[in-house]
Amino acid sequence: MKKNQLMEKVIHGIFLVLGLITVGCVLLITIYLVISGIPAIREIGLVDFLFGKQWASTATEPKYGILPFILTSIYGTAGAIVIGVPVGFMTAVYLSKMASPKVKSVIQSAVSLLAGIPSVVYGLVGMLVLVPGIRKIFNVPDGASLLAAIIVLAIMILPSIIKMSITALDAVPKEYEDASLALGATPIETYFRVSVPAAKSGIAAAVVLGVGRAIGEAMAVMMVAGNVPNMPDSLFQSVRFLTTAVSSEMAYSSGLQRQALFSIALVLFMFIMLTGATLNFFLKRERE
Amino acid sequence: MLNRSLSKKRRGYEVLMKALMLLSVGLTAALVLFLLVYVLIEGIPNITWELISTKPSYLTGHIGILPDILNTVCIVIATLLIVLPLGVGAAIYLTEYASNKKVVGIIEYAAETLSGIPSIIYGLVGMLLFSNNMGTSLMAGACTLVIMNLPTIMRTTQESLKTVPQSYREGAFGLGAGKWRVVRTVVLPGCVDGVITGCILSVGRILGESAALLFTAGFAHTMLTFPTGMKSPGATLTVALYVYAKEQGEFGVAFAIAAILMVLTVIINFAATAVQKHFEKRKNI
Repeated sequence: MKKNQLMEKVIHGIFLVLGLITVGCVLLITIYLVISGIPAIREIGLVDFLFGKQWASTATEPKYGILPFILTSIYGTAGAIVIGVPVGFMTAVYLSKMASPKVKSVIQSAVSLLAGIPSVVYGLVGMLVLVPGIRKIFNVPDGASLLAAIIVLAIMILPSIIKMSITALDAVPKEYEDASLALGATPIETYFRVSVPAAKSGIAAAVVLGVGRAIGEAMAVMMVAGNVPNMPDSLFQSVRFLTTAVSSEMAYSSGLQRQALFSIALVLFMFIMLTGATLNFFLKRERE
Repeated sequence: MLNRSLSKKRRGYEVLMKALMLLSVGLTAALVLFLLVYVLIEGIPNITWELISTKPSYLTGHIGILPDILNTVCIVIATLLIVLPLGVGAAIYLTEYASNKKVVGIIEYAAETLSGIPSIIYGLVGMLLFSNNMGTSLMAGACTLVIMNLPTIMRTTQESLKTVPQSYREGAFGLGAGKWRVVRTVVLPGCVDGVITGCILSVGRILGESAALLFTAGFAHTMLTFPTGMKSPGATLTVALYVYAKEQGEFGVAFAIAAILMVLTVIINFAATAVQKHFEKRKNI
């Protein structure tokens, strides 16, 4: 009997360790990023690093200012949200409330296909369709620009926004809508003035999820944004995002330059943690 | 359809909202259709038997993607082999063993955090953690992907474990079985559907991953030799697509790979839905 009890305890211990692996991974990632990101920030100076307007890592007198990357990431994400959220939101309302079950299931599987397409495929199509398109339509010398990145990001965040909004809208109690209809509101008025406000936390969470996706996307953006460390002064400027700043120089970097790349990753990580915390806040409110 | 007795303002609102909704749905559907058709039309003519059955040669300038296909298969298998026990174990701990609510909360929060971290950060940490120790290699790439896919396997397994009726467990306990025996004989068979769904989703994610592999598995096109090949660097299909399109300007090859990836994505999507439907039906019986 004792042997059995011992074995049960050992097995319990093994499962406990397996359960704690995710926690360990998060800690490991955080610690590694902080440890490898801090030295360069110390050497360059926090203010010079975050607010320096020039990035010239390979110059004889290197400059490590990442303000262009931060602003590009913020503008790019904001642009993607401005385009992606209205389209995604409207699609979600239609699918959740008005579409017949057949239409709903067809479009929903199309949306999950959109979510499953690898980001390099988006990048490839963007490179060959979007970039030349922008060059022709707006008559600019190079179409690889902030605008191209914004459009690609807007498409890439669509599935997350649609799926999450549908979940929130589906969860609105039928009684709310029935009451509104009984008071004489038309179905469409009911959807937008009753159902949507009732699902607003979930929809807000969908938007934040979209923000997280857009900030973190690297490969597709790398292929269409032109990748020059300019300040994002116009939509047609060739720009570099936080994510692409890390990946574009990593292969050949060394010394302080390499450390600075890790610091950029740390800044990116901070942004992601911030959106993650916001997301959790909205999800918690949604559950209540 | 429209109610004629509505005031002009309300009728205008109705028409506007309906138009906007239909426009959005149409746009979304058109986008998916365009991407699918465009990639297939550009890609399929470029897929030749020679392309997918040979390796590239710098001497003759010949391009073949067989090494990339094999690398992808190897990385998928290696990742799943490692992540499955870890993820399933974690899920079993959460649903069967954990009694402290706080611990459960922390673990679930950690899993959510992991699934929100962008792949480029995984790539960087994977480079520091694995590639610096075992060299840029397929194995280092697989280890990085293990961390990425852990939350997926954990979540799908957990969801399927929740559907195993409590009475089954009680019945087994009542017959005198110990905890481990209950887990092994009653709980584990019940989570097969979750594990299969998790595997399909993970395979999809691994196939599409590129940023996390660029610095951990590298971009060599050398032919793989199993199993020692796990120690050498190699590009997966997505990484190869990136290299051919961005650095070498070989758009024909890039589109061929894109078309292959697209077809695989469609298959995986259908498989995931079919599996879910199949198991739901069985549960209702």
